[in-house]
Amino acid sequence: MPKDSGIGAASKRREDVRFLTGKGKYTDDINLAGQAYVHFLRSDVAHAKIVSVDTSAAAAMPGVVRIFTGDDFSGVGGLPCGWQVTDRNGQPMQEPPHPVLAQGKVRHVGDPIAAVVAESAAQARTAAEAIEVTLDELPPQIDMAAALKDGAPKVHDELTSNLCYDWVFGSDDAAIDAAFSGAAHVTTLDLVNQRLAPNAMEPRVAVGDYNDAAGDSTLYTTSQNPHVIRLLMGAFVLGIPEHKLRVVAPDVGGGFGSKIFHYAEEAFCTFAAKELKRPVKWTASRSEAFMTDAQGRDHVTKIELALDADGKFLGVRTHTMANMGAYLSTFAPSVPTYLHGTLMAGNYTTPAIQVNVKAVFTNTVAVDAYRGAGRPEATYQLERVIDKAAREMGMDPVEIRRKNFITSFPYATPVAVEYDTGNYVATMDKLLEMIDREGFEARRAEAASRGKLRGLGINCYIEACGIAPSALVGQLGARAGLYESATVRVNATGGLVVMTGSHSHGQGHETSFAQVVADMIGIDENMVEIVHGDTANTPMGMGTYGSRSLAVGGSAMVRATEKIIAKAKKIAAHLLEAADTDIELKDGQFTVAGTDRSVAWGDVTLAAYVPHNYPITEIEPGLEETAFYDPNNFTYPAGAYACEVEVDPDTGKVEIKGFAAADDFGNIVNPMIVDGQVHGGIAQGIGQALLEDCRYDETGQILTGSYMDYAMPRADDLPFYQVDHSCQTPCTHNPLGVKGCGEAGAIGSPPAVVNAVVDALQRGGMSHVTHIDMPLTPSRVWAAMQG
Amino acid sequence: MSLSISLTVNGDRCDVDLDDPRVTLLDLLRERMALPGTKKGCDRGQCGACTVLVNGRRINSCLTLAVTLNGAEVTTIEGLAAGEDLHPVQTAFIEHDGFQCGYCTPGQIMSAVGLIAEGQAGDDAERIREGMSGNLCRCSAYHGITEAVQDAARRMASADERKSA
Repeated sequence: MPKDSGIGAASKRREDVRFLTGKGKYTDDINLAGQAYVHFLRSDVAHAKIVSVDTSAAAAMPGVVRIFTGDDFSGVGGLPCGWQVTDRNGQPMQEPPHPVLAQGKVRHVGDPIAAVVAESAAQARTAAEAIEVTLDELPPQIDMAAALKDGAPKVHDELTSNLCYDWVFGSDDAAIDAAFSGAAHVTTLDLVNQRLAPNAMEPRVAVGDYNDAAGDSTLYTTSQNPHVIRLLMGAFVLGIPEHKLRVVAPDVGGGFGSKIFHYAEEAFCTFAAKELKRPVKWTASRSEAFMTDAQGRDHVTKIELALDADGKFLGVRTHTMANMGAYLSTFAPSVPTYLHGTLMAGNYTTPAIQVNVKAVFTNTVAVDAYRGAGRPEATYQLERVIDKAAREMGMDPVEIRRKNFITSFPYATPVAVEYDTGNYVATMDKLLEMIDREGFEARRAEAASRGKLRGLGINCYIEACGIAPSALVGQLGARAGLYESATVRVNATGGLVVMTGSHSHGQGHETSFAQVVADMIGIDENMVEIVHGDTANTPMGMGTYGSRSLAVGGSAMVRATEKIIAKAKKIAAHLLEAADTDIELKDGQFTVAGTDRSVAWGDVTLAAYVPHNYPITEIEPGLEETAFYDPNNFTYPAGAYACEVEVDPDTGKVEIKGFAAADDFGNIVNPMIVDGQVHGGIAQGIGQALLEDCRYDETGQILTGSYMDYAMPRADDLPFYQVDHSCQTPCTHNPLGVKGCGEAGAIGSPPAVVNAVVDALQRGGMSHVTHIDMPLTPSRVWAAMQG
Repeated sequence: MSLSISLTVNGDRCDVDLDDPRVTLLDLLRERMALPGTKKGCDRGQCGACTVLVNGRRINSCLTLAVTLNGAEVTTIEGLAAGEDLHPVQTAFIEHDGFQCGYCTPGQIMSAVGLIAEGQAGDDAERIREGMSGNLCRCSAYHGITEAVQDAARRMASADERKSA
C-alpha cells in the first residue's frame, strides 16, 4: 500500500511551483548593484606559445574598466587538483600547474588568454576583439596514442611526457596470468567510450562580490558543492580564509558532474571583484560551455575475458587510455582509476582482475566526472565483452551472467571494494518479468515482415555510490574528506529548518529530505524546510555527486534529527514528570510508555525556547543539533537493464522499441523522484549509445560546438521506459538503508542499447558484426553491416 | 540611436525605448523588464529554453529582435497562471513530474501551451514528442513531459467541450 506522506511516499515536489511559474532563482538571475561584466578572450588554437598580448587599444574602448592577463595572476595560486593517483612504480602522477588565465602557453581551444571587464557585457565582448594576441603555434596533441609516443611534443613543457600516470590495480601478474593460461576460452574486445559534453541546460555563471568595509568576498556560482569551491578557491587559489569567503549556489540548472569542479572563471570573478571593488559577473555562452565545461568519458580500452569451458569467468584484464585533456580538472585523476577499476568485478565472481590505465594529457578540454564517472566505462566494457563471449561460446546471454552472479554477501572483490549487499538474481528475474522475453521471437518475426531487424540486449550493472569513507578515499589519494553534514534547527513553534551540506540541482532534496525528517518525528512535511547551497548558513559539506546525497547527506540529517529527538524526549520527560527512557515519540506526540499521558511536539519545542518549566540544570535550552556523517563503505546499487531495438537495414537507423530497468536502490524515500532520476540517467545513456559524440579535428578544433553538431537526446529520440525498483536489499551501513539512484540509468543503459543492436544484426545474418563503437549513428551501423 | 516600440507583455501594455536594435526579446524580458523566468540556454534557437508566446504562437525569444514586436502580445511563464491558479499545463507538469532542475521548464511549458493551441498533436504521444522536440531537457524528463502534455491536452479539450456544450 503506497504511503501518502513520509518515507516511501510519492510526495509531489515542493520545488515545483517555483520552477513552473518562472520564480526559480538561478545565478544568472542575480544582478548586483554596480556590477561589471567580464568577457574572456579565449584561444582559438589548441596549442601555442603566447608571444605577446597587447591590450592597449582594447583598454581605450568604451566602457572598459580593466583588462587582466595571465601576468595579473602571477601572485595567485593555480587551480588545484583534488586527487593524487600513484602510478605503478609508486610515483605520484605528473601534475602540471593550471593558471587562472593562461601563462606562457595556451593548451586547448578555449583556454582563456585575457579577461576584459567592462560596464556592459556587449562592451566587454567588443573590446576583447581589439586585443592583439600573437601566438606561435605548436603541434597539437589530440590523439592519445600519438601523444604517448616517444618524443611527442609535450602539452606541458615542465613534465617529462604527456603521460599523467600509468596505473595498475587489482590482482598481481601471477594471478592474472594463471587465470588466462588456464582458460578454455578468451574473448577480447577493443572499444572506445567516446567523449561526451555534459550540457547542463543552465550555462555556468559566476558573480564575484567584495565588501570593502568588512573585507569579505562572496561568490555566487553554478555549483554542485559550494563548500568545496570555498575551500579550493579560498585556500589554494586566492588565499582567502574561509571565514572571509562566502560561496552561494542558488537554484542550479543541472550539473551532471560538470558543476562539481572549481573553474577559472569563479576564481577570476572573485579576484577581480576585490581588485575593482565592485561586483563582476560572467555568464557562459553555450559555445564557452562546449570549450570550458569539463567533459566526460573518453576512454580507449582493450578488455580480455578468460572463461572456463562452462562459461565461468576466470579473469578480466583491461588496458585503457584515459584522456585528461589539457589540465587536471578537480577530480579528473580519480575517474579512470578508483571510480572505474574498482568496478571491474561487476556483478560477478571473477577471481582475478587486473586493470591498467594510462592517463594522457592532450590539447583538448579537461575531462572529469560526468554522470556515472568511471562506472559507465567499467560497466560498458564488461557487459559488452560478456555478450561477445556468450555469442562466441554459444551460450545464452542471460544464463552466462546468472552462472557468474555473486550470491553471497558481503563479497570482497579482487579490485578492493566489498559489496555489502545485493541480489542480482532478483533484479534479473524482475527484468525478465518486465520484458516478455518469450514473446521476442514473435516480435522479431513481425519486424522482419516489415523489413526491420529486431534485437534484444540485456545486461547488468553495479556501481559504487554514496561516496565515500574519508579514511579509505584518503588512502586512495583524495585530498578531501567525503563526509556530509546537517544542522537541524527546531523553532519554538515546532517547525524545523534543516541545513544540509549537500546541494539540490534537480534531485528534489527539498522534498525527499523533508519527508525523512517529518517521518522521524511524525509531523507534517510542510513543517520542515530544507536549506542548502550557501556556505553562510549551512555546515561544511562536500556537496552532491556520485549519487551520495541521500546515502551520506540524508544519513547526517538522520543523525542530527536523532539528537534532536533524544533531547526533546528529555524535555518531554520533565514536562510529564517521567523518566526520559520511558518516553515514546509517535505521530508528533511524546507519550509515557503504557500510559495516556502525553505532550505534543509543539509543547516540547516551545518549552525548549521558553524554558520556564525546564530541567535547566541538566540540559541547555534551545533545540538545534548538527551531525557529520562519514560512511564506512560505499553503497552498491545494482540492477539489470534491457533494450529492444529495430534497425533499418537500408539506412542503419536504430529505433528503440522498448527499454526496461530493474534497479535495486535499497530503501526508497520518494519513488516518484527515483523514477525521474532513472529516466534521466537512461536518456543520457541512450544519448551516449546513439547520438552524442564530442569530436575534435586533428588541429584541436571542437567540431561539435553547438546543438547543431552535438546531438543531444530530444523528446522524439526517446521511448517511454519501464522502470522498477521493487527489488530492495537495503544498504547495511547507513541508517536509511538507501543506496543512491542518480547515476544508475546512465551506467546501465549504454551496453543494453549496443548489445541490442549487435543482436539485431547477428540475428539478421550479419555474423561479422561483433561490435560497433558508440554512438551508433545510422552511418556507423550501416557501415558495420556492409562489413 | 533610440527605437521605440509598444507591446503587451503578460497583459500589461509597455512602451520601450531601445538604445540598440540588436536587443532580442529574450534580453529585453530578462534584462530590461525584470522578467527573468524565461531562460537562456544557447542563445541560438537550438535549445528552446527561451520559448515564449508571441500573438499566441510559440517562438524562440533569443532569435526574435525586440524591435520587430511593435504591437505584439507576448506571454511569458510569469503570465501564465491566473493568480494562484496554475494553468492546466503547469498542473500537469507537477502531476507527471515533468521536470527536475527547472531550468528548461519555462520553455517546455510555454512550448506545450503553444503546441496544444496549434491543435495538431492532440494526446498522441508520438506527435507530442515530435512537437516538443525543439525543447531540450538535459535532466531528460521527457517521459513525464510527454505524459503531462497528453494529460493537459485531454483536460483542456474536455474543458472546451464543457464550455461549448
